[in-house]
Formats: sequence, C-alpha cells, structure tokens
Amino acid sequence: MPERRLGQLLGLMMVAAVLLNFPMLALIERWAERQGLPLVPIYLFTVWAAVIAVAAWLIERRGED
Amino acid sequence: MGSLASSAILVSLVYLGLLFALASWGDRRAEAGRSVIANPYVYTLSLAVYCTAWTYFGSVGVAAAQGVGFLPVYLGPTLLALVFGGLVRKILLIAKAYGITSIADFASARYGKSGTIAGLVTVVALVGSIPYISLQLKAVAVGIELLLAQDGPGTVERAMGADSALIVALLLAAFSILFGTRHIDATEHHQGMVLAIAFESIVKLVCFLAVGVFVTWTLFDGPVDLLARAAEAGLAERLGFAASSLTAADWFVLTILSGLAALLLPRQFQVVVIENLEPAHVKRASWLFPLYLLVINLFVLPIALGGLILGGTPREADSFVLALPLVHGQGWLAILAFLGGLSAATAMVIVETVAVSTMISNDLVMPILLRMRALGLAHKPDLTGLILGVRRAGILLALLGGYLFFHGVGEAMGLVSIGYIAFAGVAQFAPLLVLGIAWKGANRNGAVAGLSVGFLVWLYTLVVPSFVTAGVLPASLLTEGPWGWDLLRPTALLGLTGLNPVSHCVVWSLAVNTGLLTLVSLLTRPSDLERLQAILFVDVEESRRTPRLWRGEARVGALEELLVRFLGRPAAEAIWRAEGARRGRPLEPEEAADARLVERAERQLARAIGAATARAVVASTVRGETVGPDALMEILDETQKVLEYSRRLEQKSNELEAATAELKRANERLTELDRLKDDFLATVSHELRTPLTSIRSFSEILLDNPDLDAEERAHFLRIITSESERLTRLINDVLDLSKIESGRMDWKVGPADLGELVRTAVRAAEGLIAEKSIALEIVVPNDPAPVVCDRDRVIQVVLNLLSNASKFVPQPGGRVRVELVRRGPAFEVRIEDNGPGVPPAQRETVFEKFHQLTGDLNTQKPTGTGLGLTISRQIVERFGGRIWVDDTALGGAALCFTLPVGSELPARAAA
Repeated sequence: MPERRLGQLLGLMMVAAVLLNFPMLALIERWAERQGLPLVPIYLFTVWAAVIAVAAWLIERRGED
Repeated sequence: MGSLASSAILVSLVYLGLLFALASWGDRRAEAGRSVIANPYVYTLSLAVYCTAWTYFGSVGVAAAQGVGFLPVYLGPTLLALVFGGLVRKILLIAKAYGITSIADFASARYGKSGTIAGLVTVVALVGSIPYISLQLKAVAVGIELLLAQDGPGTVERAMGADSALIVALLLAAFSILFGTRHIDATEHHQGMVLAIAFESIVKLVCFLAVGVFVTWTLFDGPVDLLARAAEAGLAERLGFAASSLTAADWFVLTILSGLAALLLPRQFQVVVIENLEPAHVKRASWLFPLYLLVINLFVLPIALGGLILGGTPREADSFVLALPLVHGQGWLAILAFLGGLSAATAMVIVETVAVSTMISNDLVMPILLRMRALGLAHKPDLTGLILGVRRAGILLALLGGYLFFHGVGEAMGLVSIGYIAFAGVAQFAPLLVLGIAWKGANRNGAVAGLSVGFLVWLYTLVVPSFVTAGVLPASLLTEGPWGWDLLRPTALLGLTGLNPVSHCVVWSLAVNTGLLTLVSLLTRPSDLERLQAILFVDVEESRRTPRLWRGEARVGALEELLVRFLGRPAAEAIWRAEGARRGRPLEPEEAADARLVERAERQLARAIGAATARAVVASTVRGETVGPDALMEILDETQKVLEYSRRLEQKSNELEAATAELKRANERLTELDRLKDDFLATVSHELRTPLTSIRSFSEILLDNPDLDAEERAHFLRIITSESERLTRLINDVLDLSKIESGRMDWKVGPADLGELVRTAVRAAEGLIAEKSIALEIVVPNDPAPVVCDRDRVIQVVLNLLSNASKFVPQPGGRVRVELVRRGPAFEVRIEDNGPGVPPAQRETVFEKFHQLTGDLNTQKPTGTGLGLTISRQIVERFGGRIWVDDTALGGAALCFTLPVGSELPARAAA
C-alpha cells in the first residue's frame, strides 16, 4: 500500500479514536438527556459504520494501487 | 420432535462432522495446490474467530447490565484494523521471511532466538488461554443445561452424567486434536482448519442475526417499538453512557486492550499472521473485519432490551440468546441459537488450542527435551511422532485446565469478566512485540524483565481478585490488602482507584512492563545475535534483500537427515527436490551446504518446531556457529593434521632444496671439469708440439744438409732421440693421468714394505744420480714398514720425486737426502735437496698439471713433463696418503708423502 494511503488510514484511526471516546461520548450523552432519546448507541453505531465506509472507500478506490 | 436436548446434540454432532469434512476438503484442495481460502473474504471470516461465545452470549449479558459497555471490545479491533496495512503487514513480512510459527516464536526470534523468551511467552499464553477456554466451556455447558431444563428434569441429564462441562471439554479436545495435529505441516498452514472456522464465522453470524431478527420483529414490532417498550419499562437509562459503569479512562483502556487482543491472543496471531497466505489480503480485511464486528453486534442491544422487557434479569442475560427462543416455543430456532454458540466456541477452542499446543511443543517442551542428553533425542531418526504427541497432550492440557478453572472460579463469574482476564494477560506481549519491530534497542534482558514482571502484576491484580470473587481466597484481601497492607490491595495498587479492575490491571501491568523493557534494554548490552535479529526485524524490508551469512559449514546430507527427523521423509525430500531444481542439479549428500541452503533448512525447521529449537538443532549440525567440546576436539584434530601435513611439506621442500643445491654443485663441478679438460687438452697439445717441433726441425736440417760433419750429425741425432724420449714420457704420463682420473687405472693393490720400495726406487735412480755426481744420503731403517699399495706405482712416485730433486740441485755440489720415518699411523717419506726450493706461494700449485717451476735460479730448460707431481699426488691419495712440499735443513725443497701403516707385510714369496 502506498505511504500516502497508510497515512490517510492512520489519520482515520486517530479521528475515529477521538469520535468514539470520552469527550464526544460525554457531549452526546448530555445532548441525549435533553432530547430524551437513546442517542449514545445510535451515535456509536453510526460513527462506527461511517468509519468503516470511509476506510472501505480509501482502500478500494481505484487508480492508486 | 423428540426431546429438544437430544435433537440439539444430534444436530451438533452432524454439524461437527460437517465441519470436519469441510476441513478435510480444504486440506485436500490445499495439497492439490488449489486453495479455497486464498482470498480476502475467507481471511476476514477467519479473523472473526475473535468473536467467541463471549460475543455470542456474553455481549448480551453485558448490554443488559451496562448498555453500551460491551462495545469497546469491538471498537478497539476496528481501530487497530484500520492500520493493519502498516502494522500487520510488517509483522507478516517478518513472519514469512523467518518462518515464524507462533507469537512465542516471533518474540523469541526477535530477541536473539532466545529460548527463555519463547518459554515465557508460552507460559503466559497458556495461563491466559485457560480462563478464556473455560469461558467457552461454560457457555456451551450452560446452553446444554438450558436445553435439558426445557425437557423437564431428569432423562438425558442423568444419562450423560451430571458434568456436561467435562464432556464438552473432552469432545472439544478430541475435535481439536483431529483438526490441528493430523500431521506436521512443513508450511504450517492449516488451510482446512481456516476454512472450517471461516464457515463457523458465517454460521455464528447467521444464527445470531436470526435470533436478533426474531426478537426485534417477531417478539416486537421492529426497533422503534422495542425502544418505546424499553422506555416504558424504564430501561432508557440503560442505553446511556452513564449506565455502562465505565469511566472515561476505563472506556479508553478497554478499547486499547481489545485492539491489542485482536492481534496478540494466540488464536488471533495464528489466523492474522501464521495462517495468512497472502499479505495483500490484509488490505481488504482492514475494513471487512470491522464490518463483521459491526454486523454481529447490531442486535446485541435489541436482544438485551427484549429479554429485560420480557421479564429477564441482568444476571440471566448471558443466556438470553438461547432462552428467548426457548421460552417462546421456537424449538428449532433455539437449536439454531445453540448451534451458533457452539460454532463460536468450537472455532475459538480449535484455533486457540492449536496455537497454544504448537507453542508448548515448539517453544517449551521440545527445547527442554532436546537439551536433556539422557533421552538421546538428538540422535533419534524420527521425531515427528513425538512432536505430534506433545501437541496433542498440550491441547488436552489446555482444555482440562479450562475445565478446572470453570469449576473452581468460572462458575461464579460472568463470561465477559473471564474474557477480560485473558485479554489483559496477552496484552503483556504488546510492549516486547511493538517495541521489538519498531526499536532496535529493545533487547532480550529487557523483554524478559518486562514480560515476567508484567505477568506477575497481571496475576496479582486480576487473577487473584477473580479467585476472591469465586470464594477461593478471602474477601479481606481485596478490602484490606495482604496482611493488612493497604497499599498492596490487588485492585487498588499503591492506592490507585477510580478504575475498574481490568483497566486497573492493564494500566499497572503495561506501565511496569513497558518501563522495565525500556529501562533494562538501555542498561544492558545485547548479544551479537540479538543485535542481528533486531536489525532483521526492524528493517525487515531492507534485510530481506540481502542474504544472511552463516558462519561455519555443514554437509548437505547431514542437513537432510535433520529435516527428515523433524519433518518426515516426504516433506524433507520435497524441499530437497525443490532446492535441487532451483540449482538445476540434484544435491549431493557429501557436498558442503552453502549459507542459503543452511538458512532454508533452518527456516523450514522453524516452521515446524519454532525458531529457538530450529536454531539449536541446526547449530548442532553446522560447525562454526556454536562450538561444543566435540566439535572443538574435531577442529583441533584437523588442525593437527594440517600442521603435520605442513611440516612434512616443509621437510620435502627442504630436501628438494638440498637436492637442488647438490645438483647445482655437481653442475658447477661438471662445468669446472669441462673447463679443466679443455685447458688440459690445450696444454697437452702445446706440450706435445714443443718436442715435435724440435724433432721435426732437426730432422729437416739433417735431410737438407747431407754433408754435415759426423759430430754435428750425432749432436742433432741425440737431440732428436732425447726429444723423442721426452715425447714418449709425456704421452705415457698423459695416458697414466687420464687413466687415473677416469678411474680406469688397473691398480695392483697388495701389501708391501715401504722401506723396500724406497730402496728399490733409489737403486733404479742410481744412474741418474751418479751422472750428476749428487751426494745421496739414505736414512731408511731396516725395520719393516708395512703398507697397502700398488708397489710399482709407489716406486714410480719415489722415482719421480728423486728425478725432480736431481733436476734442481746445483752442479756440482748437489745433495739429496732420502728418509723414511714413522709418524703415528703413517709412514712418511722425505726427499730433500739443496736446490733453490719452492716459494711458499707455489707449494700447492706445483701439483697442478703442467705446472713447471720457473724462476731466476732455474735457467735450464725444464726437462719434466709437468705431470709428474700431479700423477704422484693422484697415486698417493689413492692409497690414503698425502703429498706436500716442506722446508728442509739442506736449504732446498723437501717433497714428502705419507702412506697409512698397513696391517701385514707381504709374503716372503711375493717379495
């Protein structure tokens, strides 16, 4: 895999680690309490799916291998 | 439908049979070179062995109590998978380049092929695996109990005996042995096994989704309805982060821990690294594997919530997946649910035990057995049976260990708590592995220190508390610390609180582990081999391009023997054929193996028996790497032989040199003789011409002048006669000399009386002496003087000397004295005169050929031939005497010669 793509995936991992960890979770939790909705699981699964989608796009897009 | 439990057991057995058939087919396809698993999808599904009974049953259990608290276990691997392309690719390159067979092997190879590291990692992996295996046993056992309970009390339960967990353990052990240890594969890929567990990953996913769909859309009217009902039941709180009972730090630590576990658990390392066929597969797996994890977790919360809404308690939630279909009369769905759980558990157990048993045989038992000289294993012709036996025993050990843990501790704990113990255990490999491939400075001492202390911290902070939970150890240990030492409380070490027990353990153990690894590595010096291995691992891309060098040498035949012993004959021969084909000629047993071949052999062996063991056995064959006493003696012996040979060579060379010198001398002598001969011939011709010229010229005068008076004619004729005599003498002398010198002289050797010989010679010379009126004095005693000689020749010598003397004495008044005396072992004859004498400078040269004394005192034309003294010397020396010129009281020269005293006198008759 080219260096650039490895770098992009590493960046994606960093972003995902931040989004799937405490500061963001605490914010969502606060917001969910006000809305009265079970937003934390929905948020986690959505971010998770988005991260996978971006990774799939980065890895599978044509023309760079 | 008969009893549900018996149907489930029947289905399970059919399923396991199917799995085995699938594995055999996969193996056959692999042997035929048409692998069915060589694609990223099967690879991804094999990675999903990560999802075990823990995921299948336990996640719902956690979700029921802690909501999203079950998720870090899957988010961690997702994050890690994103960087598979960098991290795992590098590990794969290393593993393939150096024939790595397990995580213990990897660690050992990195740290100088250390047996200590290999053994330590194996022990940690084994100890860490046991709780995890017990988790699978517990899940399957609980499932069976549930199904049995549905049939009503009694019946099958009694038939099976009470202990379903033991039966499950033994069945799984048998199954794993069948799967994993059918043969020692030279490539150590278990393609059939990978195919089977990929299939199991599909089964468990489908089964779990089926239960999830059933709960969400059959028991409820879809997710919206489910959420509404949950809110009604007051369960909305359960979905918040707060309900997870995890702190921000716990969440973070558990995410990292799970990410590490997805690579470092023995079975994960096995499927991710060892069983990988093509590094390119890793790329697609980096998003497909997270996708699998996402999908299998979609229905965890719905099932948990559904179970709780329908009256289940969080304590029972581990069995919701099975219980919900059962309670609602869905017998076949329940069997399917059980089957999914079984597939999750069997997949884990098979791969885990194969991985751990490989480590036990390669990295723990075989090195020890091989080192025990008494067993003589190093000389056994075939070790494959032994290796397989050790692996089978290892599988049994792991499963029975799991069973005992389940009985002692596991029954009191939730599935996930047990799983975390294993996670934290294998996380101890992370520092030595990650630093090992990133930092060349990490060395063996550091790795041993970090791993062993990290392992102890793990035991103390996580395993000990689990024994407390199980009631094996007193609760006061946790609340008050050992012997009341507050700071040593296992779950609050040094007073660290605010973390759950798992995070607490991970933080402490990894901090200590990493710290010690770094510190000790910086403070101690690595061996050369460690440094080499560190470079090979860290710079694997560069290293792979440069061939490694082996010091020392080995015979091809010895190496092949080694391969046959550890891999079996067919595998060894296949390798040798391939190597021969690459060279374009078959390998000869007696030829020396080159570095490449030795390395290939070591790599092949490493694939079967691990780097540390392979190193040891190859080193025993290749001389020069590790020199034992035997090898040392052999080398000494060889050196001695070489020295001896060299000494003989030197001797020969000296002899040759001597011979050459002799030849050279002979050659010089020959050249000299040749020159002498030429000189001699020139001189002889000259000496012959002088009298001839004289004879010829006087003859011509006589011819030309017929009227010469008689007196004149007589004078000329006298000259002619005298010159003719001289010519005759000369020719006689030349003939004598040439005879003597060429060794053709006919000597008549016999005993003689030297006195008698001298007197005879003097009598013969009387005329000559009288003619010149020389006063002759003879001092020859009458005592016998016995010598051994040719008497005529010795008389010739004396005559010669007398004639010489008479030539040089003054006229008149000439005096000659002849004396014979005995001096020690020889008789000396002295012939003295009162002539002009011989100057000291010429006393040796007078014996040379044609040397004639010239000088002011001798105005007379020499009458000798110039050969007399030369011949005399030859004769005297022939009989062991010597001849020389001496001073004399008479004033002239004294010519003396000696002859050795003989033992006997001549017989009277002969004399």
